[in-house]
Amino acid sequence: MSLDTSTDEETWMGTGYPLRRVVLYITLVAMAVFYLIPIETGVVTALTDPGTYSGSYPYLPPLEPLLSDTGTFSLQPFENAFGLLGQGLVNSLILVVPATILSGLLGSMAAYGLTTIDWRGQIAIYILFVAGIFIPYQAVLVPLTQFWYNVVPLRTAFQPMTVVPFVQAYHWKLVALIVTHTAYGLPICTLLFRAHYKKLSDEMIEAARLDGASIYRIYRRIILPLSVPMFAVVFIYQFTQIWNDLLFALTIIQFGDASVVTQELVGLGVSQSGTNFPLRMAGALVAALPTLLVYVLFGEKFAKGVAA
Amino acid sequence: MRNPLTVLRRRLPGGRDARTDGGTASAAQESESFLDRDSVRSAPFWLPPTLLVGVFVYGAIGWNVLLSLTDFTGLGNPDYSSLDFENYVIAFQGGTPAWSDLTVDPIWNSFQNTVVLVVGFAAVCLVLGLLLAILVDQEIRFENTFRTIYLLPMSLSFVVTAKFWLYMYNPQTGLINIALGAVGIGPVEIVQNPDLKLAAIAFALVWQFSGYAMVVYLAGLRAIPDSHFEAARVDGASTVKMYWRIIIPQLRTATVSALVVLTVFALKAFDFLFSMYGYQPGPSADILATRMVREAYSNGNWAYGSAIAVVLFLMALAIVSPYIYSQYKRGAL
Repeated sequence: MSLDTSTDEETWMGTGYPLRRVVLYITLVAMAVFYLIPIETGVVTALTDPGTYSGSYPYLPPLEPLLSDTGTFSLQPFENAFGLLGQGLVNSLILVVPATILSGLLGSMAAYGLTTIDWRGQIAIYILFVAGIFIPYQAVLVPLTQFWYNVVPLRTAFQPMTVVPFVQAYHWKLVALIVTHTAYGLPICTLLFRAHYKKLSDEMIEAARLDGASIYRIYRRIILPLSVPMFAVVFIYQFTQIWNDLLFALTIIQFGDASVVTQELVGLGVSQSGTNFPLRMAGALVAALPTLLVYVLFGEKFAKGVAA
Repeated sequence: MRNPLTVLRRRLPGGRDARTDGGTASAAQESESFLDRDSVRSAPFWLPPTLLVGVFVYGAIGWNVLLSLTDFTGLGNPDYSSLDFENYVIAFQGGTPAWSDLTVDPIWNSFQNTVVLVVGFAAVCLVLGLLLAILVDQEIRFENTFRTIYLLPMSLSFVVTAKFWLYMYNPQTGLINIALGAVGIGPVEIVQNPDLKLAAIAFALVWQFSGYAMVVYLAGLRAIPDSHFEAARVDGASTVKMYWRIIIPQLRTATVSALVVLTVFALKAFDFLFSMYGYQPGPSADILATRMVREAYSNGNWAYGSAIAVVLFLMALAIVSPYIYSQYKRGAL
């Protein structure tokens, strides 16, 4: 949709770039620098030995003695960050994997029952789902805390589970958080799947029904295989959302052994002797690593998820 | 479009006499007569998710409204026998409520900060996002790389973003102050400076979410037929004029949907503020989201926190419900 593509292409190989294109690319690169510089600063600081860190050139890599006053290179901050956040990383993983799969699967089922199978009144239920996407979590925090701590005896009910290897008593809090995140992830998952299912051909479903296929069979044999690309989008989106959340963890887990990585990151690298910036930046990067990795590998799918 | 005939064929066997309200998953399996209705037959698919959302989202909202009418301060169980609107009176006028010996401030200060933050953040995000989208739309090379970089911060947690920007804003070692120092200004205290706090928060949030506005606008620009660009060029309109007069008015839908989502993000900015300031962002940066959590989880004023949550919920509803209604009217749901 460029305005003067033709002239651009002509001058591209010729005397040089027209001024407009030069300014365009300079602006684009400057904006890229704007988005990357806080992360770049974080990375080079996290690779600096805390003992030699001076903070004079936070954006330069630690290349002492090559570059003076930039500190010496060290992986110590990352090692320390992994050590301090290890438990939180494990807890986050225990939380994120089931919550992502459950919300994705249930979202696909809800979208199927509310879209592909067509019946009167389903739009009313669907509107409740859509509105659920936009509800600020604050509106439900106090009831949720009451529910998980005082109404459902999950803590005691979970006790027998501890005979299973690797299951700890405190994991009941993660179960509560998994259910909560599943419920609050469902609206967006349903929306994404519904947009996908609306595009599937009615004739195909109708033909399957005329052949006597049951609703279960149609879902299992036709819808589910056709949903695979959408599952990728939904899983990536949900994984990022749940991994990154702090508020639900803060109010449902509150504190203790079940704390997830975002909770532990909040207080990392602050002590009475001041702020340990290399450790803090390493911690932030360690906590961000799974979502960054997912984003770099599946960026297109993530963009699709947020655009919907 | 659904074929009306197939819809009709599907609905006919159900008959008008069948119950519409009902049946659980097991009932649908047991009773043959229910099997004829698609709503019941597909219930095993839509009912469990609906119940989950119904209980945890809408049940919790209702319960929260009820809690906001009590005097609950965390001891024992909430007393639902004497309900009144005292918490709302306190929220709007301040004073000493029955459940406390201390004077409680009204929410106007945090309400005002919330509005300033949401409006400022959303406006800058939209403008920046639109400009970026226009730039990226000029058939550039490495378009995917630029897009990926611009959207990258959005994949980060608010907590991580807060850590990065605490560092950027640091008076001694922060990049911003080093840049200011290079031109002879500074060092400026930013994060704890009452005059700059809210702007600093908004700026960091713009950094995180303007890429999102760009993605939405880019999709909007790509949906405009090329002929509109061509026609403007033939008419001899300048580039600025063309975008201002012809292209931007066609991006209304994109603007509205980006605005709604960004507003909701800003209302959720609690995670970011908590990572920067803990429960105490101070009066110049306190927003309703942090005030609510502080009252309930730090001060133990559970019922009062619930009342603030209701206000926040109504604000979100006021923004979102016209949007959902218009989407419904357009048949876009």
